[in-house]
Amino acid sequence: MNIIVCAKQVVDVREIKIDKQTNKPILKGIGKTISDIDKNAVEEAIKLKEENKDTKVTVLSVAPFDAREQVKELLAMGADEAVLVSPPEEFDYNTVSTLLAKAIEKIGDYDLILCGEASVDLFSGQMGPRIAGLLDIPQITYARAMSIEGDKVRAERDLTDKAVKMESTFPVLITVTKEINKPRLPSLMGILGAASKPIIEWDGSDLLEERMEPGIKSVDLRGVSMERKNVVYGEDPEEGVRKLVISLGKEGLLG
Amino acid sequence: MVLIYSNNKKLTLEMIAKGRELADEQDGEVIVAMIDEKDENLANEYISHGADKVFLVESGVENFKAEEYTDIMANMVNDVESGPVLIGSNKYGKELASRLAAKLSTGCVIDCTDIYMEDGELTVERMVYNGNAISVERFSGRPGIITVPSKLFDPLKKDEGRSGEVIEKSYDVSSSYSNIAGIEEMPSEGVDVEAANIIVSCGRGFKNREDLHLAEELADALKGKVIGCSRPISADLKWLSEDHWIGLSGHKVKPSLYFAIGISGQIQHIAGIRDSGIIVAINKDPNALIFDSADYGIVGDLYEVLPKLTDAIKKEMD
Ligand SMILES: Cc1cc2nc3c(=O)[nH]c(=O)nc-3n(C[C@H](O)[C@H](O)[C@H](O)COP(=O)(O)OP(=O)(O)OC[C@H]3O[C@@H](n4cnc5c(N)ncnc54)[C@H](O)[C@@H]3O)c2cc1C
Ligand SMILES: Cc1cc2nc3c(=O)[nH]c(=O)nc-3n(C[C@H](O)[C@H](O)[C@H](O)COP(=O)(O)OP(=O)(O)OC[C@H]3O[C@@H](n4cnc5c(N)ncnc54)[C@H](O)[C@@H]3O)c2cc1C
Repeated sequence: MNIIVCAKQVVDVREIKIDKQTNKPILKGIGKTISDIDKNAVEEAIKLKEENKDTKVTVLSVAPFDAREQVKELLAMGADEAVLVSPPEEFDYNTVSTLLAKAIEKIGDYDLILCGEASVDLFSGQMGPRIAGLLDIPQITYARAMSIEGDKVRAERDLTDKAVKMESTFPVLITVTKEINKPRLPSLMGILGAASKPIIEWDGSDLLEERMEPGIKSVDLRGVSMERKNVVYGEDPEEGVRKLVISLGKEGLLG
Repeated sequence: MVLIYSNNKKLTLEMIAKGRELADEQDGEVIVAMIDEKDENLANEYISHGADKVFLVESGVENFKAEEYTDIMANMVNDVESGPVLIGSNKYGKELASRLAAKLSTGCVIDCTDIYMEDGELTVERMVYNGNAISVERFSGRPGIITVPSKLFDPLKKDEGRSGEVIEKSYDVSSSYSNIAGIEEMPSEGVDVEAANIIVSCGRGFKNREDLHLAEELADALKGKVIGCSRPISADLKWLSEDHWIGLSGHKVKPSLYFAIGISGQIQHIAGIRDSGIIVAINKDPNALIFDSADYGIVGDLYEVLPKLTDAIKKEMD
């Protein structure tokens, strides 16, 4: 079985600060990592590989910057190979999903495509359903559990008001939630092994038949800062409680 | 034309109000799609709240599936040459909107926080980077697909005199080979954290489900009565239903007073509480991130602090 996991390199959102002068988020110089839930998707793929013989796990990423270091971590977890696609200069959700779908078709012979429920930086959750739509295959989003039985995959979706059990034959695209598993940390053996695993690089414009105009253009990015008082009562709890109640009273919040 | 769809009535009414505004700017019509809901009364209610037309459509599948619903919506968008397409932003709507956007090779914005026309183009705002920024995005073609969260817009007043058309439509749907094997309703306690003025929120610092009564007692003392929680308390542990879940992937709240108890303060939780008035944190770890996002904090064991705080607040409020 061939599993393709789509993984996005994101800026480390914990490091983002707002430039007080320009009121823009400072994105330059910020660390890059693989989006959290994509590691859950890789973990799920590796677990399926451990349970099902002859399974290959390919990691696929459309990355405007060098993402070799970040995907190496996924190879060290146990994925077999990685494909990196560089996007054209101007792109939006439509472009990225088209590139992902084209790359998946080029990798070919796929059975299962895994994505995260949404990326941790932009959190649109568009890519999974878009890719499934472009490939014209079923989509099972928000899976909190899944298993393969014979020629079928079963998954349990978390839809807030309902839990829905789904089954499908292959090929199928599944987006996973953070709750589906706990991603493993790469072992030392894994890290050493990753050094010799292939990382293939494709130029995005070669995958597109023609230039794609983005359907959406970015007009502005406004920082939203949050100022808080940061008063912390660290001494004994009794004293802390007393002071907190006085403070809340002064804020006019009690009664 | 502005096309509107949600499986949620309230959200549909809210979107009709915005759709009306967008349609009026372009002398267009507001069309509401009702899929697998043969309900003429509801259709007429949509008309009295501002819709011009309501399309009644059958999908041929027993329950919602994005594949089949996308086929219907794609046909409808082409049929009416829709400009903006507003879809209710619950999990159903988001996966439908995204697949639809792919089928139509067009732009889509998920979870907008505002929609307006600027320079003659459909423009939307959305939260990015876990609430650290607002991205303003503009569609450069049609249709522009947007998912709209609940409570963003107020429904228009009912006008019994408004007239419109309820039309039965049928579109070709090709069925997907995935199957629904079972549906289980997930219990909801009907809590509305988004409307609450005081919220006491619980995180993994609580050791057992039973211990949540400590938070409830504080909420009662504050006459707030609303309990919130971090994602793991709802999604992993299932101690509280999802209507309590606050954060990036849960509810965004704006109480005047928010207590984060035994919550570490990861940025995804903070994304849901940024618009709160005063934030109070109780955490036993003096280095917990939550203190950076709090106005007041007590470093201490919640099992010791909470009963004391509840008592002190009760006395104060008497
Ligand atoms: C006008 C505009 C301009 C933009 N310009 C830039 C830019 O200059 N630089 C930039 O980095 N981004 C840019 N983007 C954002 C980029 O289009 C999105 O990051 C991308 O489409 C993924 O969307 P998302 O982050 O919401 O992912 P989601 O749809 O939330 O991701 C869900 C899942 O899809 C998969 N996935 C998502 N993205 C990728 C990927 N790239 N590779 C592999 N798998 C993936 C992962 O499994 C992920 O968990 C721009 C967007 C717009 C609208
Ligand atoms: C894409 C994405 C979306 C997410 N969306 C959300 C979301 O919407 N909402 C959300 O909440 N999270 C969300 N998360 C998860 C988030 O990153 C954190 O994992 C989560 O918020 C942590 O929950 P917690 O603070 O309850 O638990 P923990 O991080 O485990 O923190 C527990 C805290 O309790 C303290 N503590 C322990 N014992 C005691 C005690 N006896 N007394 C006092 N304090 C004690 C500890 O010091 C610690 O700080 C998301 C993550 C991702 C990747």
